[in-house]
Amino acid sequence: MRFAVTKVCGGGGKARAGALHVGGIGVETPALLLSTRKGLPAFVSCDLLASLPLPDSLLLHICPTHFIEGPPSKTISNIGGLHHMLGLPNHILVAAAGDSIESLPSSDATNKFGASFETPSGRRLVKPTDYVELISCMKPNLWASLADEVPAWSSEKRNKISVDRTLRWLDECIALNKASGMNTLGVVVGGSSIEQRKLCATEVSKRNVSGFWIGGFGLGENTEERCSLLNAVTDCLPSDKLRLVSRLGLPEEVLEGVAAGVDLFDSTYIYQLTMGGFALVFPVDTVERGMQNGVFESSSGDSTKINLRATVYRKDTSRLVDTCSCFTCQNHTRAYLNHLLNVHEMLAQILLEIHNTHHYLRFFHSIRKAIKDGEFDIFRQQFIESRRAHIATAVL
Amino acid sequence: MALRFEVSLLHLADITEEGVTFQSPVDGKPMLLTPEESIHIQNNIGADIIMALDDVVKTTITGPRIEEAMYRTLRWIDRCIAAHKKPDVQNLFGIVQGGLDPVLRYAIGGLSGGEDKESFWRVVAQCTAGLPDNKPRYVMGVGYPLDIVVCSALGADMYDCVYPTRTARFGTALVPEGVLKLKQNAMATDERPIDPTCSCMLSRDLHMSIVEGRFPEFVRRFLRTQFPKGDVPKWVCNAMEVAGIDISECCTSNKCLVPSTEVQPLYVPVDVKGGVPN
Repeated sequence: MRFAVTKVCGGGGKARAGALHVGGIGVETPALLLSTRKGLPAFVSCDLLASLPLPDSLLLHICPTHFIEGPPSKTISNIGGLHHMLGLPNHILVAAAGDSIESLPSSDATNKFGASFETPSGRRLVKPTDYVELISCMKPNLWASLADEVPAWSSEKRNKISVDRTLRWLDECIALNKASGMNTLGVVVGGSSIEQRKLCATEVSKRNVSGFWIGGFGLGENTEERCSLLNAVTDCLPSDKLRLVSRLGLPEEVLEGVAAGVDLFDSTYIYQLTMGGFALVFPVDTVERGMQNGVFESSSGDSTKINLRATVYRKDTSRLVDTCSCFTCQNHTRAYLNHLLNVHEMLAQILLEIHNTHHYLRFFHSIRKAIKDGEFDIFRQQFIESRRAHIATAVL
Repeated sequence: MALRFEVSLLHLADITEEGVTFQSPVDGKPMLLTPEESIHIQNNIGADIIMALDDVVKTTITGPRIEEAMYRTLRWIDRCIAAHKKPDVQNLFGIVQGGLDPVLRYAIGGLSGGEDKESFWRVVAQCTAGLPDNKPRYVMGVGYPLDIVVCSALGADMYDCVYPTRTARFGTALVPEGVLKLKQNAMATDERPIDPTCSCMLSRDLHMSIVEGRFPEFVRRFLRTQFPKGDVPKWVCNAMEVAGIDISECCTSNKCLVPSTEVQPLYVPVDVKGGVPN
């Protein structure tokens, strides 16, 4: 695995473009990791995965805790690892424990023996030894060590414990998995304490890891707080190594993360949109924003997304997004999606997940372009302002 | 693309000469579907093959209702033909009803539930014998792979069935030997592929075997794979005898040894004017 920063946004900004090479495949950063359930996207099947933009769609986020109930790690190992079991030999699998839907970190139940997660089959305690064994059977391309993530409102004492514990588990994970030490992402926690965040970041930086997973965000903290905490962390991390942050999914959150110097994002945003029957429609670059021209009249959504269940789409024969080249937009209308949702057909979720993934990957592409053109700050500012303008218009 | 109305599944169907009155699944209000309306809707949808509206009766009932349904269906098919606005691009299929009474049977509707297999294959055989050779025969709602092989041997061409989709919902995979229940515990550690031969189970193989003139061998191979112990069901043996396919080598169990005298002679269908159709 190789990672290198190719461009840093000028003017004191920390946003950076990078190149990640894993197993012969190269992807540019900042990039999105597609969220999965047991290794595959929720609705898009393997054959349709290939129709998503490449190489962006090769990055998948794997949640090891999805595999606690099965298949047994020995079976995964016998088959040859996750790439073989899933039938995705060319994809880049990044394993980090915990996601917002099926594997929520349960900080109350986490103890000195292991990290606890709320899963569909109940609360599960994951010990570092079991975790590393599962990872070595799955053989992902990159993996994050086990973390004790705590929400922002945890007590100072609990927060400090989580930092100590996470560091201890990091060392344990590295020791247990010496062979693939180069693929490990060290976890940085620290809750809502700037001091603990800096301490943890500095300590993790001393370990022999390939990059960093910034945990403990997306658990309900204050957004203003998060900005300063995120920057405090990235300030203490070496600039030449990869940074991944979880559970920051909204466009503004992604922009904030990029501005703080994060390279990879994983979130269940696309999944949640799809489940709600929403399709992303926000303009992905300045050209499109010009076209939309601040006029967005819709009572069934906002300028980011539309709710296909709304009756206003019953006879709407237009595409989801005119400029989108995804399968859904090339072949189907809003009316058809409205119908599918009404009759509870699974195809609705498949088509929506395809479009939303496609759209969001285009957004990341625009971010990368803006950084390379040295215009990220303008891009971010314009994006946020155009959204505020829509909200203001809606209020009036 | 083919389309048909599953009137038999709708609630409170009330059938008159005019059409079928049923409860709308959307708002519960009564809706009347006439033969003309059903054709107009299908014209708008634009399917390549559309179905006439038939007066459906359960195959297991007896009495004058069957005859009434049969004649009404014939009157309705004439109304459907008259109402069809796009005969050059959309193909209209007629459905014939008549229960299981061999006198009234013409074609192959209403066979996907309730009747026993012996009656089932006989009705299909009578229909295929009586219907014109140069038009496709579509057995609606059939079915299990075994049923499809038998009906194909008897001269049917097209099928539709929810079986593959429904059984997939329950975690069952269709394989040459039968089914695999993938949710079972034993499957959790089984690293083999579902089907190593992994070609479509029936359609392509079956079609090619007919085209290449080796359909009987296909049937024998199919039955050997599904019934490795040789316990082929009796109704299949009877049907294959009528279809003219020798499957004696697949049947080693006493269950399927049927003396020829036990097979009922087929009733050759007679049309309403008393003549024998070609």
